Amino acid sequence: MDLGFTAVERSLRAEARAWLAAHVPPEPLASLETEAGFAQHRAWERTLHEGRWSVVSWPREYGGRGCSLLEWLVFEEEYHAAGAPARVSQNGVHLLAPTLFAHGTDEQRARVLPAMAGGGTVWAQAWSEPEAGSDLASLRSVAVRTEGGWLLSGHKAWSSRAAFADRAFGLFRSHPGADRPHHGLTYAMFPLDADGVTVRPVGRLDGKPAFAELLLDDVFVPDEDIIGEPGRGWRVAMSTAGAERGVTLRSPGRFTAAARRLVTLWRAAGEPLDGALGDRVADAVIRARAYQLHGYAQASRPGPADPAGAESSLTKVFWSELDLALHETALDLLGPRGELADTAGEAPAGGGWADGWTFALAGPVYAGTNEIQRDVIGERLLGLPKGRRG
Amino acid sequence: MRFALDAEQRAFGRVLDRMLSAAGTPAAVRAWARGEHGPGLALWERVAAAGVFQPAAPEAYGGAGLLPVELSVAFVELGRHGVPGPLVETVAALVLLGRLAGAGEAAPAEEWGPRACAGRARLTLAAAGGPYALDADVADAVFVVDGPQGAAGGAGRHTLRLAPGHGPVQPSLDPARRLARPHGDGELLATGPAVRDAAAHAAEWAALATAAQALGVGHALLDRTVAYARRRTQFGAAIGSFQAVKHRLADTLVDLEFARPLLLGAAVALAGDDPGTSAAVAAAKAAACDAAYAAARTALQVHGAIGYTAEYDLSLWIGKARALRSAWGTPRECRAKALGLYDGL
Repeated sequence: MDLGFTAVERSLRAEARAWLAAHVPPEPLASLETEAGFAQHRAWERTLHEGRWSVVSWPREYGGRGCSLLEWLVFEEEYHAAGAPARVSQNGVHLLAPTLFAHGTDEQRARVLPAMAGGGTVWAQAWSEPEAGSDLASLRSVAVRTEGGWLLSGHKAWSSRAAFADRAFGLFRSHPGADRPHHGLTYAMFPLDADGVTVRPVGRLDGKPAFAELLLDDVFVPDEDIIGEPGRGWRVAMSTAGAERGVTLRSPGRFTAAARRLVTLWRAAGEPLDGALGDRVADAVIRARAYQLHGYAQASRPGPADPAGAESSLTKVFWSELDLALHETALDLLGPRGELADTAGEAPAGGGWADGWTFALAGPVYAGTNEIQRDVIGERLLGLPKGRRG
Repeated sequence: MRFALDAEQRAFGRVLDRMLSAAGTPAAVRAWARGEHGPGLALWERVAAAGVFQPAAPEAYGGAGLLPVELSVAFVELGRHGVPGPLVETVAALVLLGRLAGAGEAAPAEEWGPRACAGRARLTLAAAGGPYALDADVADAVFVVDGPQGAAGGAGRHTLRLAPGHGPVQPSLDPARRLARPHGDGELLATGPAVRDAAAHAAEWAALATAAQALGVGHALLDRTVAYARRRTQFGAAIGSFQAVKHRLADTLVDLEFARPLLLGAAVALAGDDPGTSAAVAAAKAAACDAAYAAARTALQVHGAIGYTAEYDLSLWIGKARALRSAWGTPRECRAKALGLYDGL
């Protein structure tokens, strides 16, 4: 066993590093949770795509480089080390695209993926609903059969970046007489500017407006925008749900870069390693390395990854808590300045700690709460008996 | 890159696991704790025959070459089964003597290497790990490294001696670990900077082996606790169906699963003598020992009062999880070193 990189991997790293050094904006972009920042980030997606770095793991025919998981990990290390912008396309790239690769038609892939790769179409996820959340079997929004397609109605909530996005994908109850609650669901894509769609921005807890709820009233979706078989949407969604929790959603490179910045911050404070804060800095660094090595281990497995496997629940619990620990430790280390938003005049330069903390706060909540993930770990990996939920 | 155990390495672990499962290890552990070493020594011979010490010594001295990955695989299993004795210390002594031999001082390695690798001699030592030697009363050789404390530049003289005896054997929080202070003086085996370097290198191996042992201890605690939580009912349901219980066990698995890549990463670093080895080993030790100790706390909580009794086997691993935390590097020392994790990368 070894941790050495091949010539191909090293060359990819060098190429990515050089390109990023030449193209990453010298000043941080405005937050992608604001309208102006969203536009800047969309433009960055176009720049990335021109360099063929926007979707490196996709096949070449869709604008990718056909990178292996390990090559993707290497690219992501360079991406985050370079301080490159957050990805406004991530819902589409990490959640919808894997579903299309697994269950879409050739026509859907050819139509949807290139625009996604270039930032022309930015996707929002429309899965959550009031009183459903992680419990997708409780979804109440409906799809009703009509001539040549379906009519969507209902209420989707807490959709990240939906205030500014172009299109959304989600699950709808299409066969109300189905024998079980997770049967009879249909996976649909729809435009956010279609007739019958109301997008109502909802400020997040930091006040930024990109969150939204979607009110749908007989929104027409043609058959070609249904993914997989109508009524089998649960199965379609579950087969790629692991992508939302596993290593590909939150790349180890992101945490590695944050851990390096945290150590720099700690050393700049000039304190010897003692006290609880020092232990927390070290623990964050240790866990970032654990996650990086975990990624290498995943990439070293023979055969295709199993993105829907219960193991992605382990990964999700780990990275979401690591993300919080990294950012909370940095804010504590900054003392009184740790209260400042990143847009404040005296905010720590180049840290991004405040926005990072806000982002990290949501980690244990989204992509299936950590309570749900712990249930999955307990039942599917440890073989503990099922308990009652809800 | 292939960051995964190969088929042979996985088979090595499986064979050890099967052999130790069949060996009735808990009885040997209990006897060892009482100072009755017979069953434990018989176990020692079988473990040695399976090759667990060979990855710690060059072929010229009875080993298989220096193979920290294989050593880690073996020590996870030794920890899982709670095997008693100066296992880590024998590894540390072998590495120390092997390194000294590489620096031109071959006589001690020639004398002790082949015997220890074959299980015919048990070694222990007091060095950077602290003033105590583990299980000195069953060791055929008690080595003592002495020198200026914490002197990175090594201003004073470092010596390696063979202790002529040891003080009273004292109990540890883990009843199967028995500590003694070696007597001073004794035969001088080597001296100078080579001793300092060899002792520091041996301490890395000892920390790695301890981390592996802790990971195995953690898995043993989790496995037993999961089995108990499936079986034991309260309020008409298996307690493992309660979220409060299930989530603690899930967290235990998360901690253990993410300590494993750190362990294997440290073993790879040690194999390559990478500049970042010390930080990688320290990170592995901190994470594995934390995970094992948290597993012990969870195991006790889920078992309830029965887990608090000495007659129930769980106690064998709970004490060990605590003891391994401070053996061969305290949590604080390990964290201080681990801060340098990204310096060499």
